[in-house]
Amino acid sequence: MNPSVDYVPLITLPVEWEWGLMKLGQVLGISILLLLSLAFLLLFDRKVWAAVQLRKGPNVVGAFGLLQSFADFFKFVFKEIVIPAGANKTVFLLAPLITFVLAFVSWAVVPWAPGVVIADLNVGILYLFAISSLGVYGIIMGGWASNSKYPFLGGLRSAAQMVSYEVSIGFIIITVLLLVGSLNLTTIVDNQAAGIWAWHGFRILDFTQFPSNILVGVIMLAMLVMFFVSALAETNRPPFDLPEAESELVAGYQVEYSSTPYLLFMIGEYLNIVLMCAMVNILFLGGWHLPWGSVESLGLDPFWTGVVAMLVFYVKIWIQFFMFAMVKAIVPRYRYDQLMRLGWKIFLPTSLAAVCAIAYYVTFMAPAAATSVAGG
Amino acid sequence: MLASIAFYVLSIIAVVSAFAVIAARNPVHSVLFLILTFFTSAGLFVLLGAEFLAMLLVVVYVGAVAVLFLFVVMMLDVDFAELKQGFLSYMPIGGLVALALFAELALVASAAGSANGAPIGLAPAQPSQVTNAEAIGQVLYTDYLLVFQLAGLVLFVAMIGAIVLTLRHRPGVKKQDIAAQVGRRRSEAVELKDIRPGQGIG
Repeated sequence: MNPSVDYVPLITLPVEWEWGLMKLGQVLGISILLLLSLAFLLLFDRKVWAAVQLRKGPNVVGAFGLLQSFADFFKFVFKEIVIPAGANKTVFLLAPLITFVLAFVSWAVVPWAPGVVIADLNVGILYLFAISSLGVYGIIMGGWASNSKYPFLGGLRSAAQMVSYEVSIGFIIITVLLLVGSLNLTTIVDNQAAGIWAWHGFRILDFTQFPSNILVGVIMLAMLVMFFVSALAETNRPPFDLPEAESELVAGYQVEYSSTPYLLFMIGEYLNIVLMCAMVNILFLGGWHLPWGSVESLGLDPFWTGVVAMLVFYVKIWIQFFMFAMVKAIVPRYRYDQLMRLGWKIFLPTSLAAVCAIAYYVTFMAPAAATSVAGG
Repeated sequence: MLASIAFYVLSIIAVVSAFAVIAARNPVHSVLFLILTFFTSAGLFVLLGAEFLAMLLVVVYVGAVAVLFLFVVMMLDVDFAELKQGFLSYMPIGGLVALALFAELALVASAAGSANGAPIGLAPAQPSQVTNAEAIGQVLYTDYLLVFQLAGLVLFVAMIGAIVLTLRHRPGVKKQDIAAQVGRRRSEAVELKDIRPGQGIG
């Protein structure tokens, strides 16, 4: 791959600009991969939902309905954009754009394979947390700018809901950070390289550390479940889709949106769900590592190791998304007070206690090797 | 080159949006501009190499505090015309505060300039291999643990005080009792009546 001595580049650029162009290429590549995957994830979501209800789901456009999402896309794009007369026009159009852009921006730090990441930040997990906490603005702005009752109520609900569950998500992330000793996402994944017993969600299987694996295993398994539930609430997925509860608010903050702005909202929302799947992977399910060992242990050359790692990561995201789809299909919607009670009175104290317990484990019980990777 | 472009773009956006916070007529727009200011300042932090502070700024101020601002401002029913009435009468006080702030900034800037770029302050320069998060953690949780905990305690007391001051227990309000709801048995909730034909349950 190294250019030979007589290699003459077609155009010579300053190294900064070359770096910039390379990053631009990576951004484009990952965006296209995400959008294409999203088209099929949307279809998959509807197919799973249909299968649970003994329906066939979309099956007309293309073989098995594979092209349904593309047909939907064209339908959305060619519809007329309706802006309500009383709406605050700038904010109204800004809101879906913010949701859409933020959903993409967070993927900048998600590592797909060893070294395959647009920006390998030292504070990657904090960045993800920060961007996902911004997601509330798209919804709250959309709800307010519509200048109508249902969207406004939906926006308020969603603001309260997302802020509440962010707190518990933050504490759950801290438990993982304590175990790893680093905020870097690649380091977090590589900390789980040994196999399924090293994955943070399944530390209970690590019997070499008996009996301390029982303490940390039970807590981390609970954290995995809680993170999944909080992710459902954070992304406004059923059973926590109260901001758009159609039986109460028609469609919440989306009522006044049509055509492309609505499409942007929808893509942003689904991308956030996929991001949450990726976060569950990275934090609890070993990222790109295989259940029986690290990807590097396969002994392939670096290029193919990267390809296999990306595939593993990708497949794990799909499995996570299947869980999201199943929850949507089989769990009835929560009432709003139940949602708030779950967030503040159950998840918050539990995750706080878990942080204390894991801190105790890391300080007094963990083998010295686990704490020496601090820094990252 | 790229870094300086980023710096100028971010600082121009930050200054313009900070001005727009006080210039905007609609308070919701003001809060949105405030959020933009926070966000661009976080970008400036990243350029300075303080990525941990940048993320904290976004998580705490943009993600939580500003949401509450927006929440309150959106719910307020303010008469904007009335609000603008006494605008000029506050001008002298506002100007005085602005002057004081500007003087302080100029003082700090000139002090920094006279030190020829050397860091002024109490904290010793951190060794370069320590990450941001680790350096801040070291200062907060090891070097100044007691002071940090005391500050947290003061905030905690303030929070409890605010709750105690505003909490009213009104008698006669129907409330949900989750334990009673969940612990309810069939025998308490369902009653079987034997209804005779033609009589009803009366």
